[in-house]
Amino acid sequence: MITSLIFKKLKNALTDLLPIILVIAFFQIVVLKQPLPQMGDVLFGALLVVAGLSLFVQGLEMGLFPIGEAMAQALARKGSLFWLLSFAFALGFSTTVAEPALIAVCSEAAEIACQGELIDSSRESLRQYAFGLRMSVAFSVGLAILIGIMRIIRGWPIHYLIIGGYVVVMLMTIIAPKEIIGIAYDAGGVTTSTITVPLVTALGVGLASTIRGRSPLLDGFGLIAFASLLPMIFVMGYGLLIFG
Amino acid sequence: MEFIHDFSAILVATCRDVLPIILLITIFQTLVLRQSIPHLRRVIVGGVYVVIGLALFLAGLEKALFPLGKIMATQLSDPAFLYGTDKIVLQADWKAYGWIYLFAGMVGFATTIAEPSLIAVAYKANEVSAGTINQWGLRITVAIGVALGISLGTFRIVSGTPLYLYILVGYLIVIVQTIFAPKSIIPLAYDSGGVTTSTVTVPLVAALGLGLSATVPGRNPALDGFGLIAFASLFPIITVMGYAQYMHWMTQRKLKIMEKRNAL
Repeated sequence: MITSLIFKKLKNALTDLLPIILVIAFFQIVVLKQPLPQMGDVLFGALLVVAGLSLFVQGLEMGLFPIGEAMAQALARKGSLFWLLSFAFALGFSTTVAEPALIAVCSEAAEIACQGELIDSSRESLRQYAFGLRMSVAFSVGLAILIGIMRIIRGWPIHYLIIGGYVVVMLMTIIAPKEIIGIAYDAGGVTTSTITVPLVTALGVGLASTIRGRSPLLDGFGLIAFASLLPMIFVMGYGLLIFG
Repeated sequence: MEFIHDFSAILVATCRDVLPIILLITIFQTLVLRQSIPHLRRVIVGGVYVVIGLALFLAGLEKALFPLGKIMATQLSDPAFLYGTDKIVLQADWKAYGWIYLFAGMVGFATTIAEPSLIAVAYKANEVSAGTINQWGLRITVAIGVALGISLGTFRIVSGTPLYLYILVGYLIVIVQTIFAPKSIIPLAYDSGGVTTSTVTVPLVAALGLGLSATVPGRNPALDGFGLIAFASLFPIITVMGYAQYMHWMTQRKLKIMEKRNAL
């Protein structure tokens, strides 16, 4: 019974990984016409990936989803808007501020700003710029989850907010310095990590199924969308504030 | 031995990622909610699974796929491979980069299928919609979106056209689709833009973008290397809404045909 369950999970994970293996093998053998280097390493790595993915999905069902929904329900039952919104903001801010991908992007962005002679090349000003960028992204993700939670509670339709956000992004693109635009657009994508996404999704769905008159499908989703839109606006805003 | 060292470094990094979440939940449980978590033991075991699973997953990628993928991205964008060794190229010809567009698209598709956060969202969407949203259907639709987006993104780097034009057109398409798409899919479609770009996709795609902008004549990695992630988070929104529209249209048509038959 348990072995068949484990076997099924492993098989699922293998299916998830299969496209990557096929693509790499195709390009390596057919296009670049080179043998696959270090087959042993590659196979061992693929094995780890499959095992890891099965364990992760099992953990999602057991831990991450239930805790997210339990928190949403407990906070909704407590009935305090202040604490619910504080939790939302803290979740967004704290999971983003130490995100390694974000730290990497911010220091890269500082290099670019320095090359574009927007900031001087001393180490202190580079560090300051990267830190400011990181803080504005983390703050914007916190605010995004907060707005998303407010939307679920009040039942605002999501498309007005998102389309409004798009218009702001486009308007800011016109006036923002060009060195920051590419980074701003990418910042939206890198902020949401693999552990945050399931937790935030469970939080939204849990809240929408607790509040009367909200549908989990219509209102529960959408938090991630805010978390990838708002950082764009804030990063361009930071650019304007510093250079404008 | 070296592997154990690498793995423990990744495990520590993953634990550090989870730390703020654990702190936050503990603080709220003890100070604000003042009640115990239901099935606490199960949740903790699940949390441990998530951390170890993710660390194994990342270690495996570092070991097997990332080095290979990154080498291939640079090899494919090498002018010697694209134009032949005896030519000196001063001006990039966008037609010579066919393999790059194909590679970008296929890597985008393949990495998105393996993306753990997309698996999580698809699982939840299936559960919430009582099975009407198919997990694989959603994942494949999103992956096609990422593939189109990254392909177009590499074309942009090669041709050197401005990023904001593409994003502007993409936004306009999203707005028009939002008006016509079935209401129930819209929040999920917007979300699918953000979830596609995490652990698997970002490192490979970033390597491709930076490698390409460094080797294409006349491109500056600092200015042109960015933007691929933006493409990868915009296009899934379009494909997910498009797929929902198509399904909606098909059911409508079927209903009409049935009605006609009944009338006869």
